[in-house]
Amino acid sequence: MRHVYLDYSATTPVKEDVVNEMIPYFTEKFGNPSSLYAPGLEAKEGLNKARKQVADLINAEEREIFFTSCGTEADNWVLEGVADAYKSKGNHIITTKIEHHAILHTCQYLEKHGVEVTYLDVDNEGFVSPADLEAAITDRTILVSIMMVNNEVGTIQPIKELAAIAKAHGVLFHTDTVQAIGNVPVDVKDLGVDFISMSAHKIYGPKGVGALYKRAGINIPSFVHGGAQEKKKRAGTENSAGIVGFGKAAELAMNGLAEHAAHSDQLRRMLWDKIQAEISDITLNGPADFTRRHPGNLNVSFDYVEGESILLLLDANGISVSTGSACSSESLDTSHVLNALQVPPEKANGAVRFTVGDFTSEEDLDYVVEVLKKVIDTLRKLSPVNGMEGWK
Amino acid sequence: MALYNDTVMDHFMNPHNVGEIENPSGRGVYGSPVCGDMMLVTINVDENDIITEAMFKTYGCGSAIASSSMATDMIKGMTIDEALEVSNKKIVEELGGLPAIKIHCSVLAEHAIKNAIYDYAEKNGKHYKGLEGYVPETDPDAHEHGCQVDE
Repeated sequence: MRHVYLDYSATTPVKEDVVNEMIPYFTEKFGNPSSLYAPGLEAKEGLNKARKQVADLINAEEREIFFTSCGTEADNWVLEGVADAYKSKGNHIITTKIEHHAILHTCQYLEKHGVEVTYLDVDNEGFVSPADLEAAITDRTILVSIMMVNNEVGTIQPIKELAAIAKAHGVLFHTDTVQAIGNVPVDVKDLGVDFISMSAHKIYGPKGVGALYKRAGINIPSFVHGGAQEKKKRAGTENSAGIVGFGKAAELAMNGLAEHAAHSDQLRRMLWDKIQAEISDITLNGPADFTRRHPGNLNVSFDYVEGESILLLLDANGISVSTGSACSSESLDTSHVLNALQVPPEKANGAVRFTVGDFTSEEDLDYVVEVLKKVIDTLRKLSPVNGMEGWK
Repeated sequence: MALYNDTVMDHFMNPHNVGEIENPSGRGVYGSPVCGDMMLVTINVDENDIITEAMFKTYGCGSAIASSSMATDMIKGMTIDEALEVSNKKIVEELGGLPAIKIHCSVLAEHAIKNAIYDYAEKNGKHYKGLEGYVPETDPDAHEHGCQVDE
């Protein structure tokens, strides 16, 4: 059976060049990077190189990069760290309704500890209004956190403009760039941001590694206590092989950005064209202007059918996608992102996210659309609401 | 690796009793696409109160479709009184279990079948112990707590 992976926003396979770079750090360069003899120093050298590679990807300084265990940890660290370090200035954080749970759940945690959080609305394509941000800032606001690229619908926020508003009010700005790096240019100096969160496994690197960019001169408390690693900010023996892999993945992402984005965008547009040609009663979720969304992202609602059953039938044919359906979530709620975009629940329940990437081919998409057409047809025949007038 | 066991997957991939009976003895609907699942059941009942035919159409996830297929299999050949005893727990048992979070999907079939029997009883002026005090609801969304259904 043919296998087609179309969930690159969930995670990516690790590229062979990345794996090859990592292997020596499991075997001969296995030393603890804190040790002062050769194997330790070799490992330390690997970390230094990776720090440079990650810094270069986002036009930062090496001293501004702090490795973490994942993007979620970086998100937790920024929010909790700023809430603590700036508590004498204020207790108000502004974010959006479409953030990743790493941000939303941390905000809910902070709310239990006296922090006030404003969750900005977005328009029906997922864009935050700069005027709304401006209006939400008070003299108690200490941080604005707005994701650069949304993981479900791919919306690319005007981060530069939003960060400038925060800066004009003397408020720190964080952006979660987990879905952005490697897919759109991320230049921390140009964007004018104070913190960004990153993850390796979304850019063909390994799982278990992320990083926080913290602009030089800003101080927030350590997140993990216990040692001198990461300038005493994030203790714990470094995941040296993982970090080296992140570094290599960042280097490949930087050098290949234009090509990767063009390849993804071309395939994504092709997939959308084919789906539109073959299947009726569908809706695109997220920005209609593809230049304003993640180059590999397509999110489509299929009327009269439910997402989890689409996912299962595609999986039975070797195709991997994800869905915004309530039934596929632990909470049995439809996607909070689609809700925020005012997608009606019956359409959110039939939403499928496709994300293409470097290993996707045109032939893959031909196969996917051929199978998808059959799957939707089968489920619509099974559905009591197919063609029902005013079916919602 | 699969999300569901083989029995569930088999009923989902090759569901039995799909369709809608023309001029059925009873017709029942439960759920809505807003809530994520909806089932239409049609049954034919003979003069001895035996369900001779049962068909379904379902909008929903894998476990909703598998439960619909299994439940309609189960009630065929049963008397109305027996069919009214088919609970979601029995449907889950026959399916060899569902993931905990999916148990509520089997409630869909129990309610839709009950609604079809209610329709038959109303049309024919029949009374069944299992329907005493039963008020059919077609849309769990009508509850103030939204789409959550009892487990």
